[in-house]
Amino acid sequence: MKNFDVIVVGGGPAGLSAAISAAQGGMKTVVIERGDYPGTKNVMGGILYTNATNMVVPEFWKEAPLERPIIEQRIAMLSGDQTIMAGYRDPAWAAEPYNAHSVLRVPFDRWLAKQAIKAGVMIITETLVIDLLYEGDTVVGVRTGRDEGDLGAKVVILAEGVNNFIAVKAGLAKPLKPDIVAVTVKEVIALPKETIEDRFCLEEGQGATIELYGDSTAGMMGVGFIYTNKESISLGVGAILEPLIRNHWTPNDLIENMKSKPYVKRLIQGGETKEYLAHLIPEGGYNHVPKLYRQGVMVVGDTAMLLNSLNREGSNLAMISGKIAGEVAAQSIQKGDISEKAMAVYETRLLDSFVLKDLYHYRHMGEFFEKNPHLLTTYPKIFSQAAKMYLTADETPKKQRQKEIIKMIFENRSKIGLLKDIKGAWRGLL
Amino acid sequence: MKLDDKLFLVRFNTDKLSHIKIIDPQVCLENDDRTCTRICPSHVYHWDEEEKRITIGYEGCVECGTCRIGCPHGNIEWHYPRGGFGVSWKNG
Repeated sequence: MKNFDVIVVGGGPAGLSAAISAAQGGMKTVVIERGDYPGTKNVMGGILYTNATNMVVPEFWKEAPLERPIIEQRIAMLSGDQTIMAGYRDPAWAAEPYNAHSVLRVPFDRWLAKQAIKAGVMIITETLVIDLLYEGDTVVGVRTGRDEGDLGAKVVILAEGVNNFIAVKAGLAKPLKPDIVAVTVKEVIALPKETIEDRFCLEEGQGATIELYGDSTAGMMGVGFIYTNKESISLGVGAILEPLIRNHWTPNDLIENMKSKPYVKRLIQGGETKEYLAHLIPEGGYNHVPKLYRQGVMVVGDTAMLLNSLNREGSNLAMISGKIAGEVAAQSIQKGDISEKAMAVYETRLLDSFVLKDLYHYRHMGEFFEKNPHLLTTYPKIFSQAAKMYLTADETPKKQRQKEIIKMIFENRSKIGLLKDIKGAWRGLL
Repeated sequence: MKLDDKLFLVRFNTDKLSHIKIIDPQVCLENDDRTCTRICPSHVYHWDEEEKRITIGYEGCVECGTCRIGCPHGNIEWHYPRGGFGVSWKNG
């Protein structure tokens, strides 16, 4: 059996970041990836955050295959054919130190894997990890799907993605349930770069994002998104699986529904769909984070449910968790202590970082939305109606119009209901 | 755009072996919700009315894992395909 210091299961941002930091700590490190090469199995919306990526590969923007630096972020609420939106634009984000870029994961992850190789990491592709290997209670490596495919390791880092097969087998995670995953489908729609820049009011090379709430998900808990790439648009929509099942939606009908909305339709008009993708998003939040470690094992990224959906952050949480796990692995092995207590340093460091602080901060959010399914139907309607009434120019005096708006609001939501929602939002989101 | 046309755009390295199995076909007969026929983004599952069973087009599975979690009867055994097989995204 071939032996390594660190085995990383899965070649996504979390796994590759873990491998890079373990190798930089002097560890003999291998990443085991089931795809042809890292990237071919990997999907996200896809926004990559500069700060976290820079901590893994300094000044990555000089070489990495990125799409566009994001200079504008819009939030839109759809109610029937009406749209109400807010946005923030800062051209300064088009230059260093940046904030975020749109990316396509196949080229990006492949590039990140090359950085791992440069750092001394070995990457085994087309190989599926089936389970951990134990000697008694001690984890000693992994079993792969290949003949004589056992590999030895002192520490195994699980970055197997949202489908947490091995973490469940290892007794760390619980099987996923329909109320804590969102099924998301996306299309990559090709458009000439000039068309993209014109439609989104962008200077050459700049990028924009739009998140769409309300009727984009037929009022179900979830979000639609439109991200500009160099010569394509990533358009997708995700909804929590439980309401999707209950309301008899199909994921493809949901994305077609969003594409047909007047505001969306015009942005993608004339575009040619190049790829249709699907992926699950771990939405359980803080209360569903699995046990993050045991003797010789740490869990990172989506497998660890490290995702902040409100702020649309996931890749950064994945990379930082991976980086910390790789460092803890290297330090533990160097000290000759790979006990459960040594691995616990990983959790302590995550708790000290924004990763678990942010998840803890939003720990009531999932429950708030789950218990208040009206939020993504009532409020888009109220806001759109209010905007329409306020902006309609007719002979109604504004004082009377404002009274009408307040009346309309209370017709859609009682005073007690409004207060409950504000209190819930305060507790869940602030 | 029809789903079938979208699925033509997806690249696969198809395995000879299926990685998906209905655990107990009787369960699908006794329950008519057939959730899998709707929630799978690539429509892998189809209810065959003549044969009274779910047919599985595992070759078109995009490996999201939705079916396994969403089947209300826990009746789908779904694993990743063997290493190197299955969906191979072009963009991701």
